Amino acid sequence: MSASAQTTPNNQPLAAASSLQGAKDLVRIEGVHKYFGEHHVLRGIDMTVKQGEVSVLIGPSGSGKSTLLRCVNHLETISAGRIWVKDELIGYREKGGKLHELHVKEIAQQRRNIGMVFQRFNLFGHKTALENVMEAPVQVKGQDKGAARRRALELLDRVGLSDRAKHYPAQLSGGQQQRVAIARALAMDPELMLFDEPTSALDPELVGDVLNVMKDLAKSGMTMVVVTHEIGFAREVGDTLTFMDGGVVVESGNPREVIANAQQERTRSFLSKVL
Amino acid sequence: MTVMTARQVETTEATKGGAPELIKAVPVRHPGRWVAAAIILILAALAIQSLATNPRFGWGTVAAYIMDVNVVRGVGWTLLLTVLSMLLAIILAIVLAFMRQSDNPILRWSSWFWVWFFRGTPIYTQLIFWGLVTVLYPSISLGIPFGPQLATYILSDPSKGFVPAVLGLGLNESAYLAEIFRAGLKSVDKGQVEAAEALGMRGTKIMWRIVLPQAMRVIVPPTGNETIGMLKTTSLVLAVPFTLDLTFVTNALANRTYQPIPLLIVAAAWYLLVTSILMVGQHYIEKYYGRGVDNLVAAATVNPAAAKAAAAGTAAGSDTGTGNTIPGGPTTAGPTIEESGR
Repeated sequence: MSASAQTTPNNQPLAAASSLQGAKDLVRIEGVHKYFGEHHVLRGIDMTVKQGEVSVLIGPSGSGKSTLLRCVNHLETISAGRIWVKDELIGYREKGGKLHELHVKEIAQQRRNIGMVFQRFNLFGHKTALENVMEAPVQVKGQDKGAARRRALELLDRVGLSDRAKHYPAQLSGGQQQRVAIARALAMDPELMLFDEPTSALDPELVGDVLNVMKDLAKSGMTMVVVTHEIGFAREVGDTLTFMDGGVVVESGNPREVIANAQQERTRSFLSKVL
Repeated sequence: MTVMTARQVETTEATKGGAPELIKAVPVRHPGRWVAAAIILILAALAIQSLATNPRFGWGTVAAYIMDVNVVRGVGWTLLLTVLSMLLAIILAIVLAFMRQSDNPILRWSSWFWVWFFRGTPIYTQLIFWGLVTVLYPSISLGIPFGPQLATYILSDPSKGFVPAVLGLGLNESAYLAEIFRAGLKSVDKGQVEAAEALGMRGTKIMWRIVLPQAMRVIVPPTGNETIGMLKTTSLVLAVPFTLDLTFVTNALANRTYQPIPLLIVAAAWYLLVTSILMVGQHYIEKYYGRGVDNLVAAATVNPAAAKAAAAGTAAGSDTGTGNTIPGGPTTAGPTIEESGR
C-alpha cells in the first residue's frame, strides 16, 4: 500500500475543472500523517481544494477519508504535515521554526469559517429545527435573535423545510434532519463546507433530497469537500474525484474521467463494486 | 396506468364494502390475579380494623398534634434544610462534574478526591464534625488572606446550628450528585459536542447550552430520588445539633407526652405529604427536560407523510423534496438557493 503511495500519479486534479482555472486555493493539505496510537491512518496526504471547487473523496471504509476531513477543521489533530484553509494554518501557529498549539478560542475562531455536516446529523436533540439553526449565529457570532431567526427561516426554506421549523429532530425523518444540519452549518456563512458521508445513514428514498440540497449548494458556488459513496453525485457535481485507500491518495482527477477510465487497478476494482 | 386505476378502485371498494371483521377472541383467564386480590383485600381489612380499634394508636393525639405550631414549624425547617442543602449540593455537583471532565488534571483529581472523601465517610459523622467546627473555628471571617477582615460570622452561637447542618448535608450530598451528574453528562452523545465545536462553540458554552440540558433528562429522576432521600436525611441534624426539624420536634413532644406512637404517625404523615408534593414537582421537571425526546406524539404522524412526499418529490424530478407537496409550505427550495448564493 505504501508502495502505491509513492507511485501515486498526481493528476493535477484541478486542471480538468475548467471553470475553476485561476481560482485560488482555499484548502491546502501537505504531507499529512495521522496516527491513532500505533495505527497509521493517514500516510502522507497532499491535496488542494480551490475556491468554489466541489472535491469528492471516495474509498473503502478505513481508508482514512473521514479522518482527513475531520483534520481540516481540527476535530482530529494531525501527527505530521500542514493544513491551511484560506492561507491560515489550522490548529497551530508557526513561530521561530516551531509549531505552537493554538488556544481553543483561536481554534473555535477558525472553525467558524468551516461548516461541517456529519453522517449521524448530530442535531441538538433538545432544540427545534429553528433553534438548531439559530444557535451558533446567536451564541458564537452574537447575532441579534430576531435577525438570526429570520435568517434561519430563510435557510430552512432553502433546504425545503420551513414548515418543519418548530419540529424537534426526533420528529423529523433522517433526510429532513440532515437538511436541517446543512442549514445549521450554512447559518455561520462558512466559506468551506465539509460533508462526512452525509447520506450514509439515510433510507435510500431519502438520499435524493439531501443530494439535491447539496447540488444546489454546489451550484451557488460553495467550496465543498464531500466524503461519500454516491458515485452519481461525484460524476454529476464533483469537480475533482479523489480515491483513497490505506491512508494514501491512490488516484485523483476529473470525476468523469476517473470513473470511466481509472488509471490504477485498485481504483478500478473499487469502482466496479460501488457502481 | 390503467392497472393502477383498477387497483385503486379495488381498494376503495374494499374499504367501502364495510369495515373488516374485527377479532373478538376470548381473553386468557388470570385466576391468580383474583386470588392475589382476595388475599390482599383481607390483609388490608385486618390492618384497617386494627388501626381503627386499637386505642394505643392514639388517633386523638394524632389529630391534636398534626397541626401543632411546633410541628408545622418543624415541617418548615425540614423543608428549608432540604431545599437549601439540595441547592448547595446541585451547584457543587455541577462544578464537580465539569471538573471531572476537564482537560486540567488538577481539577479532575480534586473532583475525584472530593467525591472519595465525602462519599467515604458517614453523613452522621460529617454532621457531628460540622457541629464541632465551631470548636475549631469559632468564627468565619471574610477578608484578604493574611490581611484585614471584612466581615465576620460567629459560628459558635448555638442558634446557628442551621448553617453547619446545611453545610454538612449539602457537602455530603454533592458527592453523590456529582456521580449522577457525571453519568448524565456521559450519556450525551459525543457527536453533540463535535457538532457544537464544528460550529465554533467553546467548552463552557457547549456544556451549558448543549450537553447539560440534554444530560438533565438522565439527571433529574435520580436527583428527585436524592431530594426525597434528603428530606428524610434531615432528621439526622440532631447530630449537629440542630433541634427544630420535624423529627426532633415530634420526638421531643413524644417524650414529653409519653405517647411515642401517635407522634411517629404525625411525623410520618407530614413526610409522606411533602414527598408526594416533591414527586409532583419532579414530574413537571422531567417533562420539561424530556422535550425533544419524550412524548413526541407528532413524530409518528409526521414521518410517513414526509417520506411519501419526499419520494414523490424525487420521482417528479423536483429540485428539492417535500416543499411543494405540503400545503402552506414553501414552493420549491431550489431557486432560492441560486438567488441567495454567492
